[in-house]
Amino acid sequence: MARAISTRRKLTFTAIGWLVGFVIFFPILWTVITSFKTEGEAIASPPHFLFFDWTLDSYAEVQSRSNYLKHVMNSVIISFGSTFIALLIAIPAAWAMAFSPTKRTKDILMWMLSTKMLPPVGVLVPIYLLYRDWGLLDTRLGLVIVLTMINLPIIVWMLYTYFKEIPGEILEASRMDGASLAKEIIYVLTPMAVPGIASTLLLNIILAWNEAFWTLNLTAANAAPLTAFIASYSSPEGLFWAKLSAASTLAIAPILILGWFSQRQLVRGLTFGAVK
Amino acid sequence: MGSITLEKVSKSFGTTKVIPQIDLDIADGEFVVFVGPSGCGKSTLLRIIAGLEDATDGTIRIDGADATREAPAKRGLSMVFQSYALYPHMSVYGNIAFPLKMAGEAKATIDDKVRGAAKVLNLTDYLDRKPRQLSGGQRQRVAIGRAIVRQPKAFLFDEPLSNLDAALRVNMRLEISELHHQLKTTMIYVTHDQVEAMTMADKIVVLNAGRIEQVGSPLELYRNPKNLFVAGFIGSPKMNLISGAAAAKENAATIGVRPEHIGLSKTEGPWQGKVTVVEHLGADTFVHADVDGVGPVTARAPGEFPVKHGEQVFLTPEAGKIYRFGDNGAAL
Amino acid sequence: MATLQTRSAARLMMSPAVLLLFAWMIVPLAMTLYFSFLRYNLLMPGMEEWAGTLNYHYFLTDPAFGTALLNTLLLVGGVLLITLAGGTLLALLLDQPFFGQGIVRLLVIAPFFVMPTVSALVWKNMLMHPVYGIFAWIARSLGLQPVDWLNNLPLFSVTMIVAWQWLPFATLILLTALQSLDEEQKEAAEMDGAGPISRFVYIVLPHLARAMTVVVLIETIFLLSVFAEILVTTNGGPGNESTNITYLVYAQALLQFDVGGASAGGIVAVILANLVAIFLIRLIGKNLEA
Ligand SMILES: Nc1ncnc2c1ncn2[C@@H]1O[C@H](COP(=O)(O)OP(=O)(O)OP(=O)(O)O)[C@@H](O)[C@H]1O
Ligand SMILES: [Mg+2]
Repeated sequence: MARAISTRRKLTFTAIGWLVGFVIFFPILWTVITSFKTEGEAIASPPHFLFFDWTLDSYAEVQSRSNYLKHVMNSVIISFGSTFIALLIAIPAAWAMAFSPTKRTKDILMWMLSTKMLPPVGVLVPIYLLYRDWGLLDTRLGLVIVLTMINLPIIVWMLYTYFKEIPGEILEASRMDGASLAKEIIYVLTPMAVPGIASTLLLNIILAWNEAFWTLNLTAANAAPLTAFIASYSSPEGLFWAKLSAASTLAIAPILILGWFSQRQLVRGLTFGAVK
Repeated sequence: MGSITLEKVSKSFGTTKVIPQIDLDIADGEFVVFVGPSGCGKSTLLRIIAGLEDATDGTIRIDGADATREAPAKRGLSMVFQSYALYPHMSVYGNIAFPLKMAGEAKATIDDKVRGAAKVLNLTDYLDRKPRQLSGGQRQRVAIGRAIVRQPKAFLFDEPLSNLDAALRVNMRLEISELHHQLKTTMIYVTHDQVEAMTMADKIVVLNAGRIEQVGSPLELYRNPKNLFVAGFIGSPKMNLISGAAAAKENAATIGVRPEHIGLSKTEGPWQGKVTVVEHLGADTFVHADVDGVGPVTARAPGEFPVKHGEQVFLTPEAGKIYRFGDNGAAL
Repeated sequence: MATLQTRSAARLMMSPAVLLLFAWMIVPLAMTLYFSFLRYNLLMPGMEEWAGTLNYHYFLTDPAFGTALLNTLLLVGGVLLITLAGGTLLALLLDQPFFGQGIVRLLVIAPFFVMPTVSALVWKNMLMHPVYGIFAWIARSLGLQPVDWLNNLPLFSVTMIVAWQWLPFATLILLTALQSLDEEQKEAAEMDGAGPISRFVYIVLPHLARAMTVVVLIETIFLLSVFAEILVTTNGGPGNESTNITYLVYAQALLQFDVGGASAGGIVAVILANLVAIFLIRLIGKNLEA
């Protein structure tokens, strides 16, 4: 469609677009700005938007007040760990479903999907009790296990849709060339599927990083990732907006950047391939 | 080194029987071509030999040893796929080296063999390129290179030329034939192009709906087709198959005459007809005519034959070159 | 691509994923079901006894359940309404060429990547605080009385927060669908004399219908389980005004330690989610064949 679009129309939409974008983004922007204020400045009324003494104090205090870095580490370990383990389990499964389908493959895929739809409260009580008995409450291992399981269906599905796009003849060629199954997957399938695997990885790190049901219910001081740590700012006496903002900014910045990179995969992953 | 035997091999996908039952002997060093119409089971048969697909029943022997349950890698066969199936993330070098790497050969040996194969196939200048940076013909050669470095007992080709344009196809056809003369390795080649079959094969296997219709050398099939199907499939343009009164005169349900065995004249002959289409190919002229009491007939005249659409022609089927077929389609 | 060997290898490679998920789903679910028929409180260990359907009876007749069910429906329905309408408008907007389109797109989808506890706290404190919040400041600047959002309109406030988080999801999916609309189809309609509005109604909307269904179903699955946003803003209150089913079960289990009652509630939640899941699975399954 090579039609000239009138400049006026384009300018109008530019104005509307930026205004809408600004409004939607404002809570995040405001958080970032507040994180550079002092506590007093943060609750000043009328609010100070840009003209105040920018300071990094809140960032320093977040760390000294509560071992912030520990929670960052928890988040990193839990989200990366669960994603990697789930990938290791999911890649062979997705290979099998994509390249050696049977009559039951579709049913298994749908069943995996259905486990994703199980509301977490349906299994909260037994998981909590089992974890208590096994000493997994408030441990990173415990959370890694939970998040591995709840993201496994999405990972299998995403990989499956990516693997389906790889021609089976290439894998057969490697089989003729003498590759064992493990080598076929390591040397041929995986390198060809790198883009798909990478976006699966990315999306699941995001989902695991932001998961806020199990992390809140199964952790306390020790293994709490950022989601749970930041929830501790909800106490009424905790009117520390600048510090809350600093902690929040640090918690969302890396994932926001990853998220911006993975917008396309996000659609595909979260709709189980129903929208590409 | 390289004889392949199929004994009572059959194949079903679920409840559909694709190959009812096949027995076939392929001698060491032979160039065998499977031909047949689309969907007749050529690829399936080849993949069963390769081990990419299980036979539902029957035995496959390679060099006399039962290989029915062997994994593809263990059978010592190489395959060239229709889509080439090159590894897109590896260079040409990596592609050709892959089977050697899988076999655990030493680096130096791999290097020697890859360069050797590249030289034979004129790929030396392209070793560092990725498959997507190659032309169709070059990709084809890489696929062949990957097949030959392993020094397999036999090569399997599944319509390897069907993605190439006509001129390149002729070239590659010659190259593959030449390769066969050099290597003297068994080759099984699938195609639905009967020209490829005629020009390359030592032995042609004509398949139809999963059944072998006839096995023989190209000229045997050309001279003595066992039935209507083979008669119609081998030869170009197709054999004229005529039934009705003209056939009854020869005591057959159907008679067949190849276009090159019909004499053309503007003045006299037993069959008289009206020209419908004339194709001037330079070296030959194909005349399609509607013959009274016989039906449409194609005749092939060497060189030029000056007729036009709508003119009268006379045709003379060569004596002794008329094939007769019975009610069941078998040759009489 | 199917030999006995590849088939059995395939079965082998699929089994860890299948078995683990099976164990993950079936074992706890069976336990929940079992607990739901017990009188079982963590504060009174060793006193477990068979209770029949008593827990269900209590859970379902508890006035809090009615409130929570209604709240759940209002929350899900409200968020769906906002995200679908807003998402469609935003998708149409982002589909127009304008300067800085890519950047605006990034700004619009950003809320989706903010962890629920952060967005809830930021909204609660810095936007909705009745004294220091931005909304209060705006109200005062306009000469209005500031609203105490979370105390007076708790459910509405939570709905706003959750809608803000899910608006990007709807927008992204609808935008993707919009961009897959055949340009020639629109042009053909234009040639046939359809104006912008009838083009939207007869060409664009039907094309978006499928994507909208996907948005509705997937958001519903997640929205039935909204938890963190309630926990850090209102704690389900005041009273039960912003308690949904998920929060109710949580409170019963981890605040009142009533394992039996919470399990009954969990089973009720599973049944509710399944009603939605059946539709979603059908839809995606159909797509798998296409
Ligand atoms: N995996 C499969 N499942 C079910 N049926 C199959 C499968 N693969 C092939 N078939 C069927 O088996 C028959 C033979 O297929 P095959 O691919 O061997 O034909 P072909 O002779 O190679 O045809 P072409 O010349 O078109 O490549 C076809 O009818 C096809 O539909
Ligand atoms: Mg084929």
